Amino acid sequence: MPKQTLPQVPIKKGEPAYKLWIFEPGWKGELPLILNPRQLAEQKRPALLPGHRLCAGCAAPIIVKLASFAFRGPTIVVNATGCLEVATTIFPYTSWAVPWIHNAFENAASTGSGVEAAIKALKKTGRLPYEHVDVVIFGGDGGTFDIGFQALSGAAERGHDFLYILYDNEAYMNTGIQRSGGTPPFAWTTTSPVGKVIPGKQQAKKPIADIMVAHRIPYVATATPAHWLDLMKKVRKGIEVEGPAFIHALSPCDRGWRHGTELAIEIARRAVDTCYFPLWEWTPETGYMLTDRSLAIARNPSLKQPIEKFVEVQGRFKHLLKPENRELLKKFQEYVDLVWEDLLKRAANAPK
Amino acid sequence: MAELRGYKELPIGAVPFRLSTDYKTGDWRALRPVVDHNKCVKCMLCWIYCPDMAVIWDGEKITINYDYCKGCGLCAHECPVKAITMEPEPTE
Repeated sequence: MPKQTLPQVPIKKGEPAYKLWIFEPGWKGELPLILNPRQLAEQKRPALLPGHRLCAGCAAPIIVKLASFAFRGPTIVVNATGCLEVATTIFPYTSWAVPWIHNAFENAASTGSGVEAAIKALKKTGRLPYEHVDVVIFGGDGGTFDIGFQALSGAAERGHDFLYILYDNEAYMNTGIQRSGGTPPFAWTTTSPVGKVIPGKQQAKKPIADIMVAHRIPYVATATPAHWLDLMKKVRKGIEVEGPAFIHALSPCDRGWRHGTELAIEIARRAVDTCYFPLWEWTPETGYMLTDRSLAIARNPSLKQPIEKFVEVQGRFKHLLKPENRELLKKFQEYVDLVWEDLLKRAANAPK
Repeated sequence: MAELRGYKELPIGAVPFRLSTDYKTGDWRALRPVVDHNKCVKCMLCWIYCPDMAVIWDGEKITINYDYCKGCGLCAHECPVKAITMEPEPTE
């Protein structure tokens, strides 16, 4: 096998532009969580290398990149089948600069549990040359809401120490935009087409993060790539807790949501501004806590924007803006308000 | 045809072994981002948001690695001072 080399880009100050994450045996300590963007750009390199074949403007690599800035040391990444797995490891290429394992669509959480159990066993017999090795699992919404849910629920119940990051692009984008448990109501997909009979998907979105809260695991949070500081802090908290942690990250998909390639971050921001996707975290001690922009909206409700702001930039909701469908848009707004009001009632730091 | 191998001889799984940096995704691009260094305030948002790790910060200024940039335009859209513009790819 020929020696693998990374592209060399001249850098005046800081780390090389691209690097593999190599930790010498006996490596001790913790990588710092850097929140200053310029220091971040000098000292941190993502766990994902360029040359992956995800679509232009996809938000999933942004989530992986931001999450990897918050890793605290040697980390093993487990991947469920999905866009991320398929596009980053096209044989014989791999985009991962960290150890990576993929098993099947339905058992990402079980594979993660096995990795974690092996780490524990090696540590017990003194064969692990590191203080801690973290397990981070990346799953798509199909592999989490639908197919991999019982594996995830089981792993959460057994209490394995891992962080599960769900990048939610709200349909089976990898196989051609089929509806999933994560698709919002009235969204167009190829298996819930908009026409005379139905106006897109007729069911609600499964509240996956609330379901994980019901498991009473140590840490649950929601995040978007647009609120990058918030996402990094949450990932670090999720890695630091003992036991399973779950992060639900919204990942706009330009192919499936039918928007321009440059709008992924803008749409994630609007999802939070319209309260379609509120940012919060939950721990057994503190209960629900709103964070970042959602906390600002709870304190000052005039910042909350109508759902049209979120809908107008996406082709999958195009039919909602037609004059004859005003009723549906109203229903969608009511659905979003219901979820938001419910969260406000439960959030400990929301003004009462 | 080669002789069929049993489960003991077969490898346990597939191992992707080449770095994807060998695969240049730059030819997917239709528009290319161009940085105006006079306008750039070095806020690093493009470096943080680039999905293809194509924005390089060398300690002094931002450059774009056109080997990997897929031309999505996210950096130009998110730039707070509009220092990045999307220009058509030069044709030879």
